[in-house]
Amino acid sequence: MKQLHRLALGALLLGSLILIPTVQAAGTVVVYSARNEQLIKPLFDAYTKETGVKVKFVTGKEGPLLERLQAEGDKTPADMLITVDAGNLWQAAERGVLAKVNSKVLEENIPAHLRDPDGQWYGLSVRARTIVYNTKKVKPADLSAYEDLGNPKWKGRLCLRSSKKVYNQSLVAMMISRYGEPKTEAIVKSWIPNLATDVFSDDENLLDAMAAEQCDVGIVNSYYFGRLKKKHPEVPIGIFWPNQNENGVHVNISGAGITRHAKHSEAALKLLEWLSSDKAQNLFADSNMEFPANPKVKPNPLVASWGEFKHDTVNVSEAGKLQAKAVMLMDRAGYK
Amino acid sequence: MFYPSSVDTQAVRPAWRVSDGGWWRLAALLIAVLVSIPVLMLLPAWLTPSSEVWRHLADTVLGELLRNTLVLLLGVGAGVLVLGVGLAWLTVMYEFPGRRIFEWALMLPLGIPAYVMAFVAVGLLDFSGPVQTALRAVFGQNGYWFPRIRSEGGVIGVMILALYPYVYMLARSAFLSQGRTLMEAGRSLGLSPRAAFVRIALPMARPAIAAGVALALMETLADFGAVTIFNYDTFTTAIYKAWFGLFNLGAAAQLSTLLLLFVAVALYAERHWRGQSRYYAAGKPVQGHRHRLTGLRATAACSFALSVLALAFFIPVGQLIFWLVSAGIEDLDAGYVEFVSHTVSLGLLAALITVAAAVLLAYVRKQWPGRLMRAVTRLATLGYALPGAVLAVGIMLAFTRLDRQVDVLVQTVFGVSTGLLLSSSVVALLFAYLVRFLAVAHGPVESALERIKPSLQQAARSLGASHRELLWRVYLPILRPGLLSAALLVFVEVMKELPATLLLRPFDWDTLAIRIFELTSEGEWQRAALPALTLVLVGLLPVIFLVRRSESEV
Repeated sequence: MKQLHRLALGALLLGSLILIPTVQAAGTVVVYSARNEQLIKPLFDAYTKETGVKVKFVTGKEGPLLERLQAEGDKTPADMLITVDAGNLWQAAERGVLAKVNSKVLEENIPAHLRDPDGQWYGLSVRARTIVYNTKKVKPADLSAYEDLGNPKWKGRLCLRSSKKVYNQSLVAMMISRYGEPKTEAIVKSWIPNLATDVFSDDENLLDAMAAEQCDVGIVNSYYFGRLKKKHPEVPIGIFWPNQNENGVHVNISGAGITRHAKHSEAALKLLEWLSSDKAQNLFADSNMEFPANPKVKPNPLVASWGEFKHDTVNVSEAGKLQAKAVMLMDRAGYK
Repeated sequence: MFYPSSVDTQAVRPAWRVSDGGWWRLAALLIAVLVSIPVLMLLPAWLTPSSEVWRHLADTVLGELLRNTLVLLLGVGAGVLVLGVGLAWLTVMYEFPGRRIFEWALMLPLGIPAYVMAFVAVGLLDFSGPVQTALRAVFGQNGYWFPRIRSEGGVIGVMILALYPYVYMLARSAFLSQGRTLMEAGRSLGLSPRAAFVRIALPMARPAIAAGVALALMETLADFGAVTIFNYDTFTTAIYKAWFGLFNLGAAAQLSTLLLLFVAVALYAERHWRGQSRYYAAGKPVQGHRHRLTGLRATAACSFALSVLALAFFIPVGQLIFWLVSAGIEDLDAGYVEFVSHTVSLGLLAALITVAAAVLLAYVRKQWPGRLMRAVTRLATLGYALPGAVLAVGIMLAFTRLDRQVDVLVQTVFGVSTGLLLSSSVVALLFAYLVRFLAVAHGPVESALERIKPSLQQAARSLGASHRELLWRVYLPILRPGLLSAALLVFVEVMKELPATLLLRPFDWDTLAIRIFELTSEGEWQRAALPALTLVLVGLLPVIFLVRRSESEV
């Protein structure tokens, strides 16, 4: 039993060591991020190198992280929230955890439809949710619009990702904003009988299935396609920009906002402005094969090689407003 | 020896003074109430109606979700029961080639998170995976038949392989502590081996087996990662849909309480059904002679154990190694020392705290079997069935509220702000592990405690032992194998735990599970192989240690 005593003592010591609070340095910005560490750390490292300002961050899932920010209220250590998908940014603004920011730099760098009309959040990278196709089975001329994927000619040839992913919820939400609920529901319903197999849990599986000719057309985020092509240029999959004669391709963003109760709001604003600048934009977008949100910055050559395209310029916050409606609509339409 | 239902618990209740046990009961009650707080925090959600969400779910997906959940529970329950008990019996009672290795190796799948196993299974066996690609190369695009992996059968199979070790571990220690003398007595009275198993060994091990199956099923209910990979919608899917899709955390909390209600009723039913019968171990287990299997039977036993192990461990680990080789180890940096030390120290601390709490609760319940204590213990061990993120948010909310109260108090008294002290600290994290995994420790501890003969306690009492002495000098030494299994289970669970760690960890406190999550959530499975394999390795060592230990003690 002596062993147990010693063990308990050791545990107590270890516990008290852990509890000693860490002191925050002055030149610091604290970030809560739903964008993963491997995508943001290189940026923060570059920023620290350039300015000497330290960036402390903790990553997490959007939903719980937002609850945390809200619960912490004016005591939160966070100065900035970085998250993926406009729906989540809209939700954060709606909950009142973000501050309104006026910045000439940000307004110049980030186009109006990629930021909050009130200036509570700013898009930092853009991803297109677009159509991909197997180049052996489909000619680009056969493709036209998202709506057309419900055409009976695609019966047994369509691959979709689960409706539980926010990317699809935003896509459908933007369709609701354009067409209204009844028409959108009819479109989503028309996709279901065309499915070649059960919906996938992620875009990468979908692309793999398409490469194996399980299906011929599908909808994915552009950066998944980019990553695949970077690794395996020979894969017979092409990217197509739909709805060019109409509203354009659905795009979404990852973005950031300054928290309402930021302790280092000026330092945080400087970081946010830096993130929208040329240098950071390249790093930000290239690390994940996305499009820079700043239109003056050229995308990665591989991404640029997919050609220019018209994208939907309705403010992305619409997706947030209509997300719950979109989720319910997809349930009704039988889109799992 | 072997006491059937005739033992009257009233008769063995000790006659200590109330004040003597008062502190024990108070401490146990306090812990149980504390641990129940996050679960109780879900209840106020019912005050705000979420009728729109409810109507929507009822109109669309709820029926299918309930059906799916039930089928999953039945399938996984039956599977882990057969596999876990069968393998435990095989390795405890029989001698066959490789038995000594299988004995501990069969616990190894515990070290692999269920969602990793699910991803590997789908990756290998789906249409675009290597198996079907090879088949297509030989037989052409449509020239072969292959079962769909992303199906009900697929998800049930993977969950069984991921979760059978709970049952195996608990059943094994129960069988070991029974010894073989009873079985031999049964045989000498003319029972066939099968009848002796069914009529003697199985009923005696029932509390342990039930505890193991309950753990497996609670984890099944709480699982979100594995079912998502199979795109198999369960009740938990609805909880997350309400929260993340419909932005309605209140509705998610309401759904969660219903889930817990279901679990509570199921657990109660099992207890009720088990009735009042009690089975006690025959003192120090006697190491009898293992029945040696020969010829075809030995081959069958060996290949059965081997194939389970291959499916649940070698294939997933092989895939991880393959990914590691193709991704390279450039991610391996000094950070890994930290990930491992964080993972291990959190695991050890949580195991110690959780097992201590479980012993206290189980001991007090055994000594003072009252209604209140029983109810609170039940409530306190429900956290395991709760979807992790819901529980994590409950705990985060509780701690931030506490922190804010403390801040206000200190500010008015001393005029300084304390900020947030405990939320997102290691304390909050350890508390979260205690809430989540108390059931994991309580199951093995309680079932082991139940097997101890009341005569031991009567003897200790007659010699004037205090509660502390009785627990410390009589029960704990006997319980040690059970405590070690409980500690190991908690340790491994904490290593794999994600939602609470993700939300409550302090800055710069990443663990291996966090690394796996960060990489896999961006689809970078090849790079995730490094932290996943490290996790398996770190989890492997205590398993081997534990089994060696129990081997030498028996």
